[in-house]
Order: sequence, then C-alpha cells, then structure tokens
Amino acid sequence: MSQESSPLWEVFVRARRGLAHSHVGSLHAPDAEVALRNARDVYTRRQEGVSIWVVPAGAITASSPDEKDAFFDPAADKVYRHPTFYEVPEGAAHL
Amino acid sequence: MSGPFAFTLALGDDALIAAQRLAEWTTRAPEMEEDIALANIALDQLGSARLLLTYAGELEGAGRDEDALAFLRDDREFRNCLLVELPNGDFAVTMAKLLALSAYQLPLYTALAGCADERLAAIGGKARKESAYHLDHAALWVKRLGDGTEESHRRMQAGIDQVWPYVHELFAAQPEAPVDPATLRGEFDATVAAVLAEATLAAPQSGWTPAGGRDGVHTEHLSYLLAEMQVLHRAHPGARW
Repeated sequence: MSQESSPLWEVFVRARRGLAHSHVGSLHAPDAEVALRNARDVYTRRQEGVSIWVVPAGAITASSPDEKDAFFDPAADKVYRHPTFYEVPEGAAHL
Repeated sequence: MSGPFAFTLALGDDALIAAQRLAEWTTRAPEMEEDIALANIALDQLGSARLLLTYAGELEGAGRDEDALAFLRDDREFRNCLLVELPNGDFAVTMAKLLALSAYQLPLYTALAGCADERLAAIGGKARKESAYHLDHAALWVKRLGDGTEESHRRMQAGIDQVWPYVHELFAAQPEAPVDPATLRGEFDATVAAVLAEATLAAPQSGWTPAGGRDGVHTEHLSYLLAEMQVLHRAHPGARW
C-alpha cells in the first residue's frame, strides 16, 4: 500500500474525563474510520486514553515559524495580562 | 472429543496457533500502523491461550502447566481447528481468516461468559471484548478490500474462497460441551453475511468441508509452525527472560 493512498492524520487523545484532548502524534490511514482504529492501536494500547480525535493533517492551519516574532513576541512585555495581581483566597484549589 | 479438558484445550490451541500465525506479520505488515494492530491482536490471542491452557492443565490434573501444553506437545496432540494453522497468504487471506475466527470467537466467548463453569465464564468475559475488536478490524479491511479496486476485490474474494471450507469445522456439534459450537452457527452466518454483502463479496457455496483438527489430524502446515514456536523451549528447557 503506497503512502499516496494513505493520507496523514493528527491524533488527539483525552487521557481521562475532565481533561482536554491533547495532541499525541500522527499516523497514516486511508480514511477516518481506519485512522481512528489505528490511533487506538498506536496511541492508547497502554491505557493512555478514554477518547480519541483524528483530524486530517491537511485540515489544520498552523502558524508559521517565520511569523513567530510577530505572533508571540508582543505578549512578552505585557505582564499586566497575567492574573498575578490578585490575592488568591484561602482554599481555592482550582483557580 | 468430549469433556471439559478437551473443550478447553481446543479453545486454548485455537488461540495459541492464531497468535503464532498473526505474530508472523510483525515487521511485514503493509503499514506500520497495521503492523501494530496485528501484533496487538496476536497478543490478545496469546493472552486468551495462556488462560485457557493453564485451566486445561488444571482440569487434566496431570501436572502440565501452560508451557508444557504449548511447547511439549507434538502436532497430533494439538486440538486447534485447521483454520488457524493455515499459512497467512497475502493480507487478504489473513483478513479472511481473522474475519472467520473472530466471528466465531465472539459468540463463543459471549456464550462462555454466561456458562456454569466460573473459570470459563471469567475467561469468556475478558476475551469477548477483545474478539469484538478483532471482528471490527477484520470487517473493516474485508469491506475496504472487497469494495475497493478491481485487484483488491479479486484478492479479497480469493482469500474468502480459500479460507471458507475450513469454517465448517468450527461448528461441529459437541452437545456435552459447556457451549455447543453448533448453536453459534446462526450468529456467525448473520455476522459474516452482512460484512460480505457490504464488501460486495460472494459467500462460497462449498461442498468440501475439511476437518480433523479437533482430533489431532492436521494439515502439513502445523508441524512447521510448531517447530518454530517450540524450538527455544525444547532446546533450553525452562528458559526464562
């Protein structure tokens, strides 16, 4: 089977209820159903997850490394955007 | 063949030989993802084989453990069905074999999970979830290859045609057994018919129904498989990792 007939898929796994799906890697599969099953075999065989998403790699629009400065540097000197100027109330474990 | 020992031994041998055959695909599958999938399925079968052979050894009461049963018997003492010892062939043949095996093991293990024997019920309860996945995997590929290109359809049909005569042996009646395999035929036929129809494949109408595995009369392929599987244990008795 050639790689031409098997496009690339990005795999996202949710480790347990309440957590978000996280990107764990990618794989090749001819269609979404096979991609989902391949992801189950490749990425959750050691009980890593309770839910899987697969997304065609081509469907993801990613920021370009060339744009890194314009995208991310302006946030570096804006310390007031961090919620560090508040007192955390006693006993607030999940803030 | 009768009695709980022979019944349990036969199921354990089915799983063991299926595991060994599937493991032959390791590093040779069409894609890396499929390589891992087939190895996973092989390990599931090996896990069931260990539980079944351990229990068979206890039922026999002659002091044989899983290793003694797996590695120190010759081909005429194995009770697996002929289906699992057949060579892998191409990928389509392997998927045809897996479809037949899993469509048989799923209702078998499901029925075992409700049987009176507690150990067999526990093994059935664990194994049926694995079988459901094996069936899903095989069906997925049979449908894609059958309803794929002209060449994939031809090879998938050839795989089904090649394997199908060996299916009948699986359902030979054993009225005394914890689960009579003859009672599973209806569900098997319905499962397989649905998959083949979606795959645009034809179910072979065969008159030839080879059998003998349950009596220890095997094809010429089994002794080669056993030679490879058993050589280490026989050359180094009691070897451990």
